[in-house]
Amino acid sequence: MKKYKFKIKGLDCAICANELENTLQKIDQLESVSISFITEKLTFECEEENKEEVLLKIRKVIRKEEPDVIIEEV
Amino acid sequence: MDFKMKKRLFRIILSFLFMILSMLLTFSFVIQDILYILAYIIVGYDIVLKAIRNILRGKVFDENFLMTIATIGAFCIGEFPEAVAVMLFYQVGELFQSYAVDKSRKSVAALMNIRPDYANVYHGEEIEKIDPDEVNIGEIILIKPGEKIPLDGTVVEGMSMLNTLALTGESIPRSVNIGDEVLSGSINNEGVLKVRVEKKFGDSTVSKILDLVENASSRKSKSENFISKFAKYYTPIVVVIALLLAFIPPLIFSDTTFKTWVYRALSFLVVSCPCALVISIPLSFFGGIGATSKIGVLVKGSNYLEALANTEIIVCDKTGTLTEGIFKVQKINAIGYSNEDLLRYVSYAEAFSNHPIALSIKNAYGKDINESLVTKVKEIKGKGVIAKVDDKQVVVGNEKLMEEYNITFKKSKDIGTIVYIAINKKFAGTITIADKIKEDAYKAIRSFKDNNVKKTVMLTGDREEISKKVAKELKLDAYYAELLPQEKVEKVEELMTQKSQTGKLVFIGDGINDAPVLALSDIGVAMGGLGSDAAIEAADVVIMTDEPSKIANAIKISKKTMIIVKENIVFAITVKILVLLLSAIGLATMWAAVFADVGVSVIAIINALRILRVKNEE
Repeated sequence: MKKYKFKIKGLDCAICANELENTLQKIDQLESVSISFITEKLTFECEEENKEEVLLKIRKVIRKEEPDVIIEEV
Repeated sequence: MDFKMKKRLFRIILSFLFMILSMLLTFSFVIQDILYILAYIIVGYDIVLKAIRNILRGKVFDENFLMTIATIGAFCIGEFPEAVAVMLFYQVGELFQSYAVDKSRKSVAALMNIRPDYANVYHGEEIEKIDPDEVNIGEIILIKPGEKIPLDGTVVEGMSMLNTLALTGESIPRSVNIGDEVLSGSINNEGVLKVRVEKKFGDSTVSKILDLVENASSRKSKSENFISKFAKYYTPIVVVIALLLAFIPPLIFSDTTFKTWVYRALSFLVVSCPCALVISIPLSFFGGIGATSKIGVLVKGSNYLEALANTEIIVCDKTGTLTEGIFKVQKINAIGYSNEDLLRYVSYAEAFSNHPIALSIKNAYGKDINESLVTKVKEIKGKGVIAKVDDKQVVVGNEKLMEEYNITFKKSKDIGTIVYIAINKKFAGTITIADKIKEDAYKAIRSFKDNNVKKTVMLTGDREEISKKVAKELKLDAYYAELLPQEKVEKVEELMTQKSQTGKLVFIGDGINDAPVLALSDIGVAMGGLGSDAAIEAADVVIMTDEPSKIANAIKISKKTMIIVKENIVFAITVKILVLLLSAIGLATMWAAVFADVGVSVIAIINALRILRVKNEE
């Protein structure tokens, strides 16, 4: 299990952040995902070998739920 | 203000002008209506677009959608100015909200302004300014006066005073010399330092601290979970009531119009978003965690900050927490010599010894020892030392050693380790060595009481009599001495049953060998976190210095945070329910509803920011 941290930009409100977090939680292989609206941070844990796959899924969810949101690795 | 905000502001102003213009041109209804619609499109087009997109994805209770329905509904019943005004004020509120959130993000970032921007690295003779992230272990960096230390390392050249205020909340500068360890995030006050890098930036103290604070908001408090749940039910309920309000009363009462009730229902939709709560509660916790970091206390999660406010029992470890953990000469009781002379003889006799007791005696003496005056040194393990100093025979040790040398001596009643001394076979007095109570411990216990902590308890593996004295000095409510590590766990388990249902038990230790107790207590606090990774890992709260009183300050901040959180919850819910009731009976207009939505958010955010103003009590 490794922890990854991303900057998440373009969220409109704290509710949207909570909802997005809930949706992301449904992704398999993804542990303890959290979005902080205030610090604009997306943090999650997953197995190192799954990182790319998980990231792809995260981006897919974001594209669907919040198309204006972009994430960048820090 | 960034570009996005400026753009929004421009649209608001433009739309406002169109609206004024429309109100003035009273001669033609057509022109008025066209201007209203234009004003609406200018200010609200993005909201409408988002609403359409969301409805396609089945997100009916989205705030964009609700605003769109409310305003378009107003257009449908002919309330053109109302429709524009609601959208306009909604946008003003959004602008203000993003401004406030941005501002609070920045002020918390400023609190934690310890991230170094660059490092001056030696490449041969050349100095290059590079990102701290790119510096490798073993490289030599230069830190000029006024600069932040970018990476943890060891001083190889120069000396200086370091300001560690941002790391520890401690305002007294720390002096460093060649060979000393320096921590990233502290500021070089005066001299030029050359430092050999010992840790990569990612493992450096500064990264660890920033990481901790930033991740703290991901451990959510009960209040935050309550709000998330509330938000989940609140919006659907209000929307359903709005629907009922629009259609049921006109069917029942014959003397009212359909339009009146639709208007009231639309006001409901405007108030149906729980934004104020959802944003201000985490913001308060974030601010609270920022404020505690400022005084040198790292709280690892909103849940712990919330729990700290309900602290009922504080359990402290003794050695290293309440006492300094360093043995010091407390008392010299010379017979036939002056105290200074006695201390000199003993220090000389102990000149070659590395025993902790010998070291503390030599420390107390503090002067250089002329070793040529010391001869015939004989160390007797577990008993003491015999040596010839100035041609006098000095015997230094415990009671057994005195008995062995047939010296008549008076037993000391002092508490601590007693060193007996005989010079030329004659009893010359005693030196008492003990661990000292920290000055800060007195203050800590007092301020715990001031913050409504019901019980203070000390646990220790140390001897009964010493523990009793410390407990009495500090006016602790209880102490348990001569405990084995396993018994400490049992004691804490027992104490956990003594608190009330909402009360919390805080354990403060130095982070060494405390892991089971730290985990068992509601809030495990490790002290002296600076530079000790193990302590940072194991604890829920880390005090960066060795002052237990910091926890009292942290409790104070947590209480203030909780007051603000409660204020915001009560205020936002009250105003919303009030406006809902008033608009249901037709006393509140859509304007009031807009206030209840965005005005409350803004006020709650401003209230949340107050927490950043809590100062360190010093």
